[in-house]
Amino acid sequence: MNNIFFLIFRRMRWPLLTMVTAYSIAVLGLVLVPGQHADGEIWHMDFFHAFYFVSFMSTTIGFGEIPHAFSEAQRLWVMFSVYLTVVAWVYAIGNILALVQDRTFQHALDELRFARRIRKQREPFFLVCGYGETGSALVQALTDRDQNVVVIDVNAERVNMLQLQNLRQYVPALHGDAARPVHLLEAGLEHKKCQGVVALTNVNEVNLKIAITAKLLHPEIKVICRADSQDVEDNMASFGTDYIIDPYEAFARHLATALQNPALYLLHDWLTGVRHQKLGEPVYPPQDGGWIVCGFGRFGSAIYHRLVDEKIEPVVIEAHPETTNAPEGVIKGRGTEAVTLEEAGIREVVGLVAGTNNDANNLSIIMTARQLNPGLFVIARQNHLDNLNIFDAVKADIRMHPSSVIANRIRVLLGTPMLYEFMSLAMYEDDQWACELISRVLAVVHDQVPEVWEVEINDEEALAVNSALEAGAAIELEDLLRDHRERDSKLSCIPLLHLSKGARVTLPPLNTRMKSGDRLLICGSMSARSRMEWTLQNDNALSYVLTGQVCAQGWVWRLFRKNGLT
Amino acid sequence: MNPEKVVFGFFIVLALTLNFGFFFGELDNPDHHHVYELFAAVVVNVIATVLKFGDRTQMGAVLLSTSLVAVLQLFAAALVWGVAEHISGTGMSPVVMASIVSLSGGAMLANVVSVVLLVIETVMLRR
Repeated sequence: MNNIFFLIFRRMRWPLLTMVTAYSIAVLGLVLVPGQHADGEIWHMDFFHAFYFVSFMSTTIGFGEIPHAFSEAQRLWVMFSVYLTVVAWVYAIGNILALVQDRTFQHALDELRFARRIRKQREPFFLVCGYGETGSALVQALTDRDQNVVVIDVNAERVNMLQLQNLRQYVPALHGDAARPVHLLEAGLEHKKCQGVVALTNVNEVNLKIAITAKLLHPEIKVICRADSQDVEDNMASFGTDYIIDPYEAFARHLATALQNPALYLLHDWLTGVRHQKLGEPVYPPQDGGWIVCGFGRFGSAIYHRLVDEKIEPVVIEAHPETTNAPEGVIKGRGTEAVTLEEAGIREVVGLVAGTNNDANNLSIIMTARQLNPGLFVIARQNHLDNLNIFDAVKADIRMHPSSVIANRIRVLLGTPMLYEFMSLAMYEDDQWACELISRVLAVVHDQVPEVWEVEINDEEALAVNSALEAGAAIELEDLLRDHRERDSKLSCIPLLHLSKGARVTLPPLNTRMKSGDRLLICGSMSARSRMEWTLQNDNALSYVLTGQVCAQGWVWRLFRKNGLT
Repeated sequence: MNPEKVVFGFFIVLALTLNFGFFFGELDNPDHHHVYELFAAVVVNVIATVLKFGDRTQMGAVLLSTSLVAVLQLFAAALVWGVAEHISGTGMSPVVMASIVSLSGGAMLANVVSVVLLVIETVMLRR
């Protein structure tokens, strides 16, 4: 607010001074110049009338010669004053208009409006810093799940682009440098509804600064950061950043899962999918045979080490082996030419990773390699979102797009953190377990990925259940899964994880007794989610589900029933 | 030498001197208080006020407020004059003159405070 007053006053100083001077000259002149009545008597205008006359003259309203007809001398002075004051007015108005259009002024106004909007925010929200590819994918995913997001980006164009995008929720965006704490504060870092801060800018130092600022100013909230190097990652971890995401490492871990346990990989793919996404097909990366990794950057090396852990020794092709610290036996070249691929033994291997940081090269590698060996299993790294269509056309078996890997991971971390706990527990299970779960999931959903949600038994999320539990009722998990319209039919959902005072049970049995404060992770159809909400929140729905009796809702009816009248 | 300081110092002192010139004389004697002097005092005071617009310092803010007080008092004095002469039709009487001059006296006090503040600021700068 202060800033704007300051700007206006500062800019208005000269126009106002000009006006004051012009007016006082005109008024003084009118008072000094003598007038003459028809009978020849000399009169002088007083200040009152002079100011009155100048006021309407300078605004070119012109009521005429008041209070008496002017003498020639007065008319001469008025002529001079008209030009003087009108020019002063034009100058002043021009200045005001220029001020309104001024970029600095506009920006100050925008910032003010933004800050006021954030202060009034009543819903929980996440603060996303950086609206690049990752940021926009994350914002899209979060708003699709009806979560509120606030965005800061240093680039004005990206902020404008956000306004053009068709998002489900209104996303307030600030054009400013997130590395400056004042901008983070304006965006609501200390707001009590702020749930978490996500630092996704493409500069590591900025992400680091955001993480530190957030941890110092609002230590309770979740801080999630993107880190592209081990050094920065360690630094962030040192002061307690909640989650640090390295897209390449995350994907490599993912790939290792696919090699060890394809069913689990598919399950992960389904459960973390975006709403309305089609169910993916299972992929089986071949394990008996050689692999070729093209490009030994951050992505290539992460994949390489995972493959080595899986007892597969891949051949590495790298254009600059000296600078990238490539392993022994590296083949120098880009991999886009048949010669290099032949040298690496493309005809004998079963898998290929096109992992350079250049999309055109990656596509070229895949097409050349397929000509030489059509049966290859191909993993493609897509660097830019714009190239989506051509990557679709090349039909790689697995496609890795760093931005969407991060966005998806963060969305899950923010929306359903229990899912990560579930997946890490699932790693200990065998293929058989995952296969069974997959067929159960298939039974509850049709062709779209299942909805995954969390329920905590507390007054906010499950008022009816919680108050019944506190009143001493015994509620089993099975009861919660009944349809509140017909208790004998089951909702199409599967409880995945049950957390109760630190005890974690995957796929909890149906006779689990619920307790206040328990948390459940459930996957199923959208309709099951909204129906379960009834049972959780509505006393009448709950009592029907528990007993099969529809209890009297109104006070009068209850009174009748108590007296045995019905 | 800072030209801004020169200009502002000039106007703030001129505001005081003009105001004093108008104020000086018998309180209720219209012959001792000329309307041109009041006019000049109003104009110079307004200019001095506008000059302090957009000054972010503490001293600038206080100077702005004292100038505003002076301008307000002088406007009131001019208004009383105009109303007495043209609107109510009482004409210039000793009673009216006394109230106009006392209003301008109040404005002068504010001008004195401004000048004192200006002097303090100058002394504190020691440059």
